[in-house]
Amino acid sequence: MVNYLIFILVVAGVYALLAQSLTLSWGLTGLVNLGLVGFFAIGAYASAMTTKWAGWPIPLGIAFAILVGLGVGFLVTISTLRLRDDYLAIVTLGFAEVVRLVASNEIWLTGGTDGIAGVPSIVPRAWGPNYHITMLVIVTGLAITVHLVLSHLASSPWGRALRAVREDQIVAAVAGKPVVLLKAQAFSLAAAIAALAGAIYGHYTSYVAPEIYQPLITIYVFLAVTAGGVGRPLGALIGAYLLIGFLELTRFMAEVVPGVTPVQAAATREIMVGLALILLLRLRPDGLLPERNQKAPQPAAHPKGTTP
Amino acid sequence: MLSSIVQALLNGLVSGTILAVPAIGFTAIFAVLRYPNFAIGSLATIGAYAGWYANVRLGWPLEASFALAFLGAGIAAVSAEWLAVRPLEKSGALMMAICSLAVGIVLENMVRFGFGNDPRGFNVPLMRDIRFGDLRISPQQVENFAVALVLMALLWAALNFTRMGRAMRATADNPDLARLKGVEPATVAAITVVVGGGLAGVGGMLVALDTAADPLTGFRLILSVFAAAVLGGLGSIPGAVVGALLIGMVEELTVLLLAPNYRTAIGFVVILIVLTIRPSGLFGEKSG
Repeated sequence: MVNYLIFILVVAGVYALLAQSLTLSWGLTGLVNLGLVGFFAIGAYASAMTTKWAGWPIPLGIAFAILVGLGVGFLVTISTLRLRDDYLAIVTLGFAEVVRLVASNEIWLTGGTDGIAGVPSIVPRAWGPNYHITMLVIVTGLAITVHLVLSHLASSPWGRALRAVREDQIVAAVAGKPVVLLKAQAFSLAAAIAALAGAIYGHYTSYVAPEIYQPLITIYVFLAVTAGGVGRPLGALIGAYLLIGFLELTRFMAEVVPGVTPVQAAATREIMVGLALILLLRLRPDGLLPERNQKAPQPAAHPKGTTP
Repeated sequence: MLSSIVQALLNGLVSGTILAVPAIGFTAIFAVLRYPNFAIGSLATIGAYAGWYANVRLGWPLEASFALAFLGAGIAAVSAEWLAVRPLEKSGALMMAICSLAVGIVLENMVRFGFGNDPRGFNVPLMRDIRFGDLRISPQQVENFAVALVLMALLWAALNFTRMGRAMRATADNPDLARLKGVEPATVAAITVVVGGGLAGVGGMLVALDTAADPLTGFRLILSVFAAAVLGGLGSIPGAVVGALLIGMVEELTVLLLAPNYRTAIGFVVILIVLTIRPSGLFGEKSG
């Protein structure tokens, strides 16, 4: 039971990373990434392939995953950043599917539908319960670190520029902000965070396969971010833990309904997830912790009679 | 080799014509309501199951089953629009798009809850392929092709010769001007969603007739639908038709070169190329 709880918390930490990624692209910059799971998958594969097959040390594999996420994120944005935002939504949705197709079919590269089993773990699995506890510390620490960096970035001039782009691209451009560059930076960085989450998750579960990276994962992260607060990194962090609590609750609820087949129970859970997102968007779109307006800096007070 | 290319083009013509049906639905909803409706895949699935239910469980002929596929998906689409998506109108197109994705998940899983994951085949007689020299085509393909054509002709007539059709085109063109002329935007939006969803439903049934209906029938279709709509220019109905025909043929031709599994990836590649070179598509309005 305790091990299960720790496992859940590690998974929640991975979702917290994904939620930070979505906060950066969607929350702060207004770029919808409906292919988040694709970047999650790419990170997992990049690190698993280099560490398992090429024998790279794990930190190097994870760093490689982040770089690949950054690069692919940039590529995905090239064709769409000048267009209306719904084009990016269409492209990213398609992107995640193509990642899954390539992962399933390029057996020489990815192991195909069998996936990659026995991905090296960050700390020895032989540690037993301590393995899970150590991983919990690592993943939680990573989620908090990313969160702190993102909060800092969000309140920096760069973060303010991102929000300006989100609110009104034309005004931001008139104010001299490089709109397309800012969008590309935010989206690529967010993709890199998602890839980091994927790499960590792959090393933790030791198994990477196309079937894991279902489009539903993207919806989960949207649910987490909407619940916690769009545009507030702390909200997204809390939202991820709420999400995992909610998912466990739906598992419980689907199991207590009598006379339901396993397929029906799984369908019920997904229906609950979809309904939760619809209701949240409708009833509390700002989430638990709504974004705060940043006050404009006060000009320094000057004593009467002196010239500034 | 030449005959296999001609065969691929023939198959592409048939599959592209079928693809045009849901692609028109998607692009029409975009034209009038100004958001990409990501529930379109699940609506196609609902149509496939509604048609299957009518055909196999109720023993209806295919023509009547098509009508139920249209109605079932159309009603599902407009209910979801009213209950879930429309209240978000003020939050913008992106929120509506995200909401429609959640709607799609709910609808797909309602189908899964009711019918399970097993594929459901239609009650259609097995017939020998029709042959012209080296070329072959199945009578079912011919029939599906004809159904898609008839439906598009009906739609074209409705858009051009009925008051509501003209109101729809006017709203797509310029909503403010249409309102000024006494067009009721809510009615136009509702009818567009019923028709758009219904077309997706018929599209789903047409695809399922060739293979079988399962909860992912529509989902497998969406990349091609998006690609057809983007290639033709989002919001343009003639564009969606031409886009679908081209996507259908390109998909069939690539099957000759690449693994058949990559068929659906072609749509994505086409989307990327179109958006990079000519974002407004072949027939589109400007998309800035």
